[in-house]
Amino acid sequence: MTFVATAENLPSSAEFHLTHLQQLEAESIYIFREVVAEFDNPVLLYSIGKDSSVLLHLAKKAFYPGKIPFPLLHVDTTWKFREMIQFRDRIAKEYGLDLKVYTNEEYRHEVTPFTHDSKTYTDIMKTEALKQALELYEFDAAFGGARRDEERSRAKERIFSVRDSKHQWDPKNQRPELWQLFNSNIRSNEEVRIFPLSNWTELDIWHYIHQQNIDIVPLYFSKPRPVVKRNNTWIMVDDDRMELETGETPTNKEVRFRTLGCYPLSGAIESTASTVPEIIQEILQTGYSERQGRLIDHGTTAAMEKMRKEGYF
Amino acid sequence: MPTSITEENQINRPTKDYMISDRELISTDIEKYLSRHEEKQILKFLTCGSVDDGKSTLIGRLLHDTNTVYTDHLEAIARDTKRIGKDDDELDLSLLVDGLQAEREQGITIDVAYRYFSTSERKFIIADCPGHQQYTRNMATGASNCDLAVILIDAQQGVQTQTKHHTYVTHLLGIRHLVIAINKMDLVDYEQEQFEAIKSEFQSYLDSLGNPDVQFIPLSAKKGDNVVARSMNMDWYTGPTILSYLHSFPVTQIRDFESFRMVIQRVNHPHDNFRGYSGTLASGTIQKGQSIRVMPSGIETKIERIVTMDGDLEQAFAPMSVTITLEDELDASRGDVLIDLEHPLQPKSELNANLVWMDDDALNMDRKYIVKHGASQVLAKVDKLYHQVHIEDLSRKKMHSLQKNDIGVCKLILDRPICCDTYSRNRMLGGFILIDRLSNRTVAAGMINSSEEGEMLGELTNTSSKISSSKTFPVDRHASRPPITRPLPKQIATG
Repeated sequence: MTFVATAENLPSSAEFHLTHLQQLEAESIYIFREVVAEFDNPVLLYSIGKDSSVLLHLAKKAFYPGKIPFPLLHVDTTWKFREMIQFRDRIAKEYGLDLKVYTNEEYRHEVTPFTHDSKTYTDIMKTEALKQALELYEFDAAFGGARRDEERSRAKERIFSVRDSKHQWDPKNQRPELWQLFNSNIRSNEEVRIFPLSNWTELDIWHYIHQQNIDIVPLYFSKPRPVVKRNNTWIMVDDDRMELETGETPTNKEVRFRTLGCYPLSGAIESTASTVPEIIQEILQTGYSERQGRLIDHGTTAAMEKMRKEGYF
Repeated sequence: MPTSITEENQINRPTKDYMISDRELISTDIEKYLSRHEEKQILKFLTCGSVDDGKSTLIGRLLHDTNTVYTDHLEAIARDTKRIGKDDDELDLSLLVDGLQAEREQGITIDVAYRYFSTSERKFIIADCPGHQQYTRNMATGASNCDLAVILIDAQQGVQTQTKHHTYVTHLLGIRHLVIAINKMDLVDYEQEQFEAIKSEFQSYLDSLGNPDVQFIPLSAKKGDNVVARSMNMDWYTGPTILSYLHSFPVTQIRDFESFRMVIQRVNHPHDNFRGYSGTLASGTIQKGQSIRVMPSGIETKIERIVTMDGDLEQAFAPMSVTITLEDELDASRGDVLIDLEHPLQPKSELNANLVWMDDDALNMDRKYIVKHGASQVLAKVDKLYHQVHIEDLSRKKMHSLQKNDIGVCKLILDRPICCDTYSRNRMLGGFILIDRLSNRTVAAGMINSSEEGEMLGELTNTSSKISSSKTFPVDRHASRPPITRPLPKQIATG
């Protein structure tokens, strides 16, 4: 008869106890290994943000003592914060990563956060660019750092999320996903987006960064930065491409970023949090979600669901 | 974060604020909070109910009353409540969880959604499962990784066929702990008689399922009674609230720490001096130096090292993800299973299993499907359909085909043997999926039994004759009964 542990008969339960972070870590490592075993050409979509940093750390753990057996892809809109790019290049060098950077060159100068609305800009410089890069390198599986707690339609997405030949997501026709048995069988023109952080929350991510001492972009920590107020949020003047409106003068404010993206579209928050515990304290005390600072989510109610059906991450 | 929206919510304010000790620590000693938070364990549970049982409202209530909801999300659902044309005097908490556009507009849950919240005691993952019978497949999906199920019953409607369906599917997927949440008590004037009537009606069905561990709780998700806060309206109920039950439920109950099983996911061979076998322990523990067996070859060897990036371990236990090196050089590869010497595992090429059919196309017995089990894919045919269980009274009936959402006991013949356990013994080595070779769709979920009788259902078949369908389940009872209170307002009808 199988020994079944119960509260009563398990004197060593403390010994066989994984904390929630250890459990999440073990799950994510399992997912990384499955993908590498079952796909021909996986890639890690590296956005340089905190979730990507955690993803990278878990990938290292999954394949230790070997190296990460797949490349990283950064879809560069050319409008990322300068500190993000410096961080990206430093991390790639330090860990000897195979980093591929892709930009939608055709529209690089024509479509910017200043010439077009955020929807058009995101479609062309992020979603389109991502599709082009996936096709160029013929990747069949792409790891992403999305979490189910981020936003309502994400909560329904599978860990292995199949995209058709046009990279589109069909939320009504997802494969059932049972136990830890992931169905990785696809047609040659399809791809799968893989979300090893599905079950992590924002707090788990920060807690893990703290516990594991994971390197993140300094923009997450508060310090005086030149900003202007737009759409009720602080926008950082990161370089001289920022078009100032009449009467706008950048002022130095103690700010930090809760999520990172293209600098003209990333809202900063006023904050004094300059360490990871202080950030966690701030998140727990503020009543607003991290997506609040992202200008691209706003618009129609189902904006994110729609973007993802069309191939956005 | 806001704790209440309407006056009504004020009445049922949490009597014990599960966040309060956390909140104090957060402002005074964040490091201490973090080290305490780290000790929390995860409890995964699913929620299921019939259409309009108020499931999404219950989850919305759990999230809302544990202060998990962000202000901007609350603002968004306040806008949605108006946009969809519902009454704006009360926030529709179900909108917090109905994620897809179609769901919000049709007021139904289509797909399983995952929700996260934590209290000062635990971290919770909810698999929020659709209620319609045609979404059985999604319910099975949600149940596959859960330890506990919360099944909703509408106090006005009583036990429905779907209630039995949900209970049966969670049972089949190996869940042995149930909360039967009798919701909408506010619409039956919080009457104890109604609660007791439903409870005794359902008890006999549960008895015939081998009497799983069950807690009945009367509640109103809409008003907040007995979800987080103890109800002021039901003095007659002295049991736990939903949240206090979820706190007291022992998380470690379902793990087997005796028989060691680890499926090799991948051979980690970065250079000539290192060959490790990576995997996640499905059950049991291992020590450095312990003798183990590699299946299916049966070769015995010893564990040389347990490798992780944080350093070698002396021992490991389920569900850790590790890389193991072995003392002997041998030809082990992905799909092989490492086991201890005391608990053998026989390779099998004939499987008796419960199949939950999930695809639009019915089972084709002339066709081979891919069985994905552990880290192996093997071609297989369904050779025999033994029987189907009639969910209403748990009697057996003859089965000629398997259609979408049907559940049947079958025999499969595999092209090559796999190393499996029975599902009741080990979910990771006892569960499999069937994949269609042409469409690549996941067409079925399988749970391996030890015999064609279906061991998990053995208990059912022995006792099923006890159930008299006419006495225990009066089919038209609710149809003939006048509504107890006002009809269900549309805005809270959202399941």
